Amino acid sequence: MTNVLELRGITKRFPGVLANDKIDITLREGKILALLGENGAGKTTLMNILYGLYKPDEGQILVRGKEVTIHSPNDAIERGIGMVHQHFMLVPVMTVTENVMLGVEPTKNGIFLDKEKVAKRIREISDQYGLAVDPTAYIKDLPVGIQQRVEIIKVLYRQANILILDEPTAVLTPQEVDGLFQILQTLIDKGKSIIFITHKLKEVMHAADDITVLRLGRVVGSIDPKDATPEILATMMVGRDVNLVVNKKAAQVKEVALEVKDLFVRDERQNLTVNGVSFEVRKGEVLGVAGVQGNGQTELVYALTGLLPLDSGQITLLGEAIKHTTPRNILERGVAHIPEDRQRHGLILSFPIHDNMMLCTYYKPPFARGVSLQAKKIFSNAEELVKQYDVRTPNIYVNAGTLSGGNQQKVIVAREFSRPIQLLIASQPTRGLDVGSIEYIHSRIIQKRDEGTGVLLVSSELDEILALSDRIAVMYKGQIMDILDASKVNKEYLGLLMAGVHPTNTATKN
Amino acid sequence: MTNTNIQQINPKSAKRTQIIYGFVLIVVGLLIYLLFGLNTEAGVLTTFGLNLASSQAIKIPDLVLPALTTVYLMAAIAVFIGAYQLARGIRSTGALIGVIAFTFVVAFLAWAAQDKSFNLAGMLSSTLVRATPIALAALCGVISERSAVINIGIEGIMLIAAQVAVVTASITNNLYVGLIAAIVVGGLVAAFHAFLVIRFKVDQTVSSVAINIFGAGITSFISSRFLQTATDTLNNSGTFPIITIPGLSKIPIIGPMLFENNIIIYMMVLLVIVMHITLFHTPWGLRTRAVGEHPKAADTLGINVYFVRYVNVIIGGMIAGLGGAYFTIGSVGRFDEIMTSGKGFIGLAAMIFGKWNPIGAFTSSLIFGFADSLQVKLQILRVPIPSEFLLMAPYIVTMIILTGVVGRAIPPAADGQPYEK
Repeated sequence: MTNVLELRGITKRFPGVLANDKIDITLREGKILALLGENGAGKTTLMNILYGLYKPDEGQILVRGKEVTIHSPNDAIERGIGMVHQHFMLVPVMTVTENVMLGVEPTKNGIFLDKEKVAKRIREISDQYGLAVDPTAYIKDLPVGIQQRVEIIKVLYRQANILILDEPTAVLTPQEVDGLFQILQTLIDKGKSIIFITHKLKEVMHAADDITVLRLGRVVGSIDPKDATPEILATMMVGRDVNLVVNKKAAQVKEVALEVKDLFVRDERQNLTVNGVSFEVRKGEVLGVAGVQGNGQTELVYALTGLLPLDSGQITLLGEAIKHTTPRNILERGVAHIPEDRQRHGLILSFPIHDNMMLCTYYKPPFARGVSLQAKKIFSNAEELVKQYDVRTPNIYVNAGTLSGGNQQKVIVAREFSRPIQLLIASQPTRGLDVGSIEYIHSRIIQKRDEGTGVLLVSSELDEILALSDRIAVMYKGQIMDILDASKVNKEYLGLLMAGVHPTNTATKN
Repeated sequence: MTNTNIQQINPKSAKRTQIIYGFVLIVVGLLIYLLFGLNTEAGVLTTFGLNLASSQAIKIPDLVLPALTTVYLMAAIAVFIGAYQLARGIRSTGALIGVIAFTFVVAFLAWAAQDKSFNLAGMLSSTLVRATPIALAALCGVISERSAVINIGIEGIMLIAAQVAVVTASITNNLYVGLIAAIVVGGLVAAFHAFLVIRFKVDQTVSSVAINIFGAGITSFISSRFLQTATDTLNNSGTFPIITIPGLSKIPIIGPMLFENNIIIYMMVLLVIVMHITLFHTPWGLRTRAVGEHPKAADTLGINVYFVRYVNVIIGGMIAGLGGAYFTIGSVGRFDEIMTSGKGFIGLAAMIFGKWNPIGAFTSSLIFGFADSLQVKLQILRVPIPSEFLLMAPYIVTMIILTGVVGRAIPPAADGQPYEK
């Protein structure tokens, strides 16, 4: 068996960071190589080097044993390397055909686009690899899973033999993930080779032929999937033993903290994205809201925290109905909010940590007296929280923007948890964080639950939902498909609900 | 699975829009009655001239209408369609706006020209002429913004090109040299803008505002310092002759409108067609649109985003240069300070109203051209409305369109954003 691709001693430095440090990787023909690593381990940098988007400072790239130089995506495409990016590189207002042909357009008479020819080729590829898609459909109308197929078709249309998939499962439902793995198997059967980048341990063991683990820009080691366990892989990724299971006691459920009834919300473009949602969160429990991204969870949280107006419906917070109110009013009633977009809604990146630590309460004593801010109190508050919540920072005077994602999130958690709170609304609290930070934030959320806070947890990571929730609500197209007891669900059933299929009555819901 | 798409417009707001349009139509009908019907004398005739004295078109009889009946008929049509809209609903907003505009304008003309003769053919013909600089400015905007570079410096580019055109043509005594000079200079100014915003990522609005200020300043300076002292040698070029297309120009009404024009107007119409085909049916157009919508996607497919943007902005500048040349060597044969009088900005409004499509932009330009030429004709008719108000007409139309009351459009997704690898 030959090696179709070899990277030798790839090194890439960014100002102040060594992103890749002498990385060696080998891809065998007709195999799936999984590149495993945390965010910031250098996986994406490495693949961008391979695809010609970055230039390596040192090292060699060998395709079928021959050294090649790749300066641009065009070079990569020429050598048969194709990439499916984590954030899809598709133009939403164009058709599948237009997206596929972009950059290598066949023409009639040398002038006019030959869309029929491309559409025909797309159908051939569809048949050959089991990638059903309508060439005339507009990308914006397609579900994410199909968009991913279009990305794969784009790569195959360019006759790639080596496919790189960057975090391909991040946006998919469990069923779509299974479908993707089948597609990958078909591709392998037809002689393609695949590099599969991920940070999800279980997928790697399921799909890969070889596993290479990266940490902090270096190769930690390679391992055969047969010998791997989640614990071993996690330890390799993080560099220390990690507790993958969240320990939690049975919930001590008390009175209702939040009640939502027939809630309808429109997003900024006036689309009805929350479509008649009802649920309640009791003190001392975690209600997890599962669902594929973009099914109204974001707008639901915005409405609950006062960032979007309600179209209709009722929100009762701690026994009081709230309507037409401000975010500050909601926060003052004892709601903590860990926002989905921590850099936009959670922090002011160009403010120092000490100011970010008091953003919710800066206008009240002890931080303010009359019209003046009390610097001493602000500093001591920040010093204390940084210590208590283990924020890794040189001091409290640096800007929040200089911190890593995990530490930024810790600043938000510290700020929100240091106020007296009755209800915690946490939206994607661990997105993009390393395993260590995830572990920490999970334990803090459970600690709050045990102290008697109601928790509404919105996450598109099913594992996170399953680990933390006492009850699970599944959202699909703005509606809640079902609310289940967390101890009695299985993943397959949740996956069906996330895809909009209600298994009890085979009729589909909308 | 047959899931209803929740992204679609919800029925409640569609119903509301339907009712609003219905009421607007009825109000327009009433306004026609109140404003014009009550002020028109019974039994008076309005004559719409359908011939141009200077043209080669076959002469046809003028259209003579009883003024009051016409006004009442228009009011009735508006009210009737409004009532129908309230009851049943007509889906096409375009058709509704068309009805509003048509009934109001016809009633207005019947009233304004009562007992007089109004040359309709002449007005339509001058509509296209007056739309030309607006359309060229709009095309410049379309091609730049399709590749996601905002250029609101069109006004400045046109002013500079207008002056360059007349001075070069006067010195060389050759209008075509002036035309080429204007196009080249337009391209150069746009290239400077492109260089600033692509290479150095200068804010696109700031850079193009600077071009406007620079354009107004430098042309006024040159004009007062040099052109006014040597008008005959530097600022007296003459204009392009009218080219009559044999045969086609004989068609009544549209013959003189479309086929008796000078070269710049023909070039404008040709550009509209060529740009439409290029944008939507050629590889370059596909790449341009991709760069404007999702530059990163284009980049990962090996398309040089910066190159596409440079080329489109520069071509846009050349089109604006052509528009500038129209003001001097295509129209009056000399340069006056600030003679573009906001046409570059109106062109941008036409681009937005035309939804960033060449043909849409051209059609919107015709609306502005119509408002402009109507204003001129009405002054001649001595309509009892102060001429200042009539002069405002094109700008009021601009503002109404820009508020998005009619046809809110979505710009290219990456419009105005610099691209960073």
